[in-house]
Amino acid sequence: MSTQSVTSPHPPVDDGYLDYPAHRYGMDHDRYAWSMLTDRKPVVWPDGKKLAVWVNLSLEHFPLNPAGKPVKLPGGMSMPYPDLRHYTLRDYGNRVGVYRLLEAFDKAGVRPTLAINALLVERYPQLAGLIRERSNDVIAHSWSMDTAHAGGLDEVAEAELIKCSIDTLTTAFGRTPSGWLSPGKLESPNTPDLIKAAGIEYFCDWVNDDMPYAFHTKHGDLTAMPLSTEIEDRSVVVENFQSEQSWAEQVMDACDLLLAEANEQGGRILSIPLHAWVMGQPHRIKHVEAALAYVMSKPGVWNASAGEICAAWRGQQTDDANINA
Amino acid sequence: MKDDPGYYDYWPYSNRPKITWPNGAKLAFWVAPNIEFYELNPPKNPSRAAWPHPYPAVPGYSIRDYGNRVGHMRQTKLLDKYGIRGSISLSTALCTHHPEIIDMCRERDWEFFTHGIYNTRYTYGMTEAQERAMILESMETIERAVGKLPAGYLAPALSHSEVTIDLFAELGGTYTCDLFHDDQPTPVHVRSGRRFVSVPYSLELNDTIVYVVNKIEPRRYGRMIKDSFDRLYAEGSTSGTVMCIPTHNYQVSCPHRLSAFEEALEYITGHPDVWVTTGREIADYYLAHHYDAALADIKSGRKA
Repeated sequence: MSTQSVTSPHPPVDDGYLDYPAHRYGMDHDRYAWSMLTDRKPVVWPDGKKLAVWVNLSLEHFPLNPAGKPVKLPGGMSMPYPDLRHYTLRDYGNRVGVYRLLEAFDKAGVRPTLAINALLVERYPQLAGLIRERSNDVIAHSWSMDTAHAGGLDEVAEAELIKCSIDTLTTAFGRTPSGWLSPGKLESPNTPDLIKAAGIEYFCDWVNDDMPYAFHTKHGDLTAMPLSTEIEDRSVVVENFQSEQSWAEQVMDACDLLLAEANEQGGRILSIPLHAWVMGQPHRIKHVEAALAYVMSKPGVWNASAGEICAAWRGQQTDDANINA
Repeated sequence: MKDDPGYYDYWPYSNRPKITWPNGAKLAFWVAPNIEFYELNPPKNPSRAAWPHPYPAVPGYSIRDYGNRVGHMRQTKLLDKYGIRGSISLSTALCTHHPEIIDMCRERDWEFFTHGIYNTRYTYGMTEAQERAMILESMETIERAVGKLPAGYLAPALSHSEVTIDLFAELGGTYTCDLFHDDQPTPVHVRSGRRFVSVPYSLELNDTIVYVVNKIEPRRYGRMIKDSFDRLYAEGSTSGTVMCIPTHNYQVSCPHRLSAFEEALEYITGHPDVWVTTGREIADYYLAHHYDAALADIKSGRKA
């Protein structure tokens, strides 16, 4: 063999870099069991429906002076202070966009699920009052878009942040949210344990499935609910620079595929994640209306809230093996 | 560091010795599903971070897990429908983590080629001995799974050293997917002087490059695949071409993307002069029938 010398610009790795301590059957962590979707018991939705449609509207507040700790979240301030450009464009969603979207939902006969930063209900009591009247399902979405639940967040501080967020939403809406969505879908190593201890039943941070599954915590199982990032309005339109029309086509294509799959394999879920500051814009709203009209026109569609879908799924997990699958 | 990888010579596309594929096919078509395992908490590599977020990097890890839990079955059903045997680019640790997926691929007589052990272990900073050990372990894992050593290599997460391809050739491999310099197979210089080739594995049509890097809409991806096919099929009358679609089950199999891919597969497999095959079969056929002529033509230094 040649002894050609290697001129690597890279710092060396030690032999431990070739050790694989989590090399075993299943996952490389203990949060959930490895399971392929098609190996699970088929799910049936109420009234024999095939496709549960979960329209999720995130209502968010991005502070003008973010601390960015432990990490910055996507969508936040990115210009030198004071970044009026991004602050006001995000705030637009809560002043204008949300009302436009709620009207579109009502017109399409869609009941949305609202993921809300708790700070919003303190800042905008008029909006909170309307949401309370509508009694849509509310998912706790932490305090603001400057409270990242990421590695490096102190556990005690995180527990307090979770409690404060849930308590504020509970007071505003008269009932305790059963669902949780971490801003940016980031988590600290403790987030699932802490939200479960705080009374949360399901969460929407892990995008590894099209159906719910059992997620283990120190205090019992949470249900992981599938809220897609790939088809999210912000990912498609803002991050990927794709057109509003393309976003609507993608929702329709997803709807067709999941309906066809549901007819063969059992109930499926189509999540449609929206943000008031993204799709609430006047040039985008008609594409939301078109996508929702298309989806709602399909036989076999069951529009429901995340909590209702979660409950219907849990009601069919008859044995521990399945609920823990 | 070098200013040129040195793996191949310049060789004009026009007037090359004619490549013919079995049964007079103009184009050799292969689909390469990457079946990968990414670790939630991999050791740090000083040259490249595995994840953009501190542990646990839920967004990146969980979408990749989607590929194995949900996407794999979806793509498998599609490839079955169109009579395509996948050539899988395998993170070989998956043989232990998810043997159900391995069984499905083996039952279908798909080709297994190595993509390293985990897609979160980069070649950067490895000594030659370390890299050789990593590649060998991945090859032996495949040998245990399917009864023979893999012929092809795509370095994990496209992380290379200056000797990656040399090492793989010395360990018995015959083709690389790591070079994107051509639409036909080409001879590759390896330091051992072994007969070794590059089989085109398109980055331009790789779903992850398309969706994540180039941010392209699903339906446009479908059109790109068809346009690429039309041109390569036409050029294949002059001299046989290769078309590869590299996929990832966490990209192409998402519900809003799969139908565009299906339309493209239906279009391609609906043409008569397509050899629907695997990377290994392309490499073997080329080595047996066209490699020597190619080498002589390259050596002649002829004009374009």
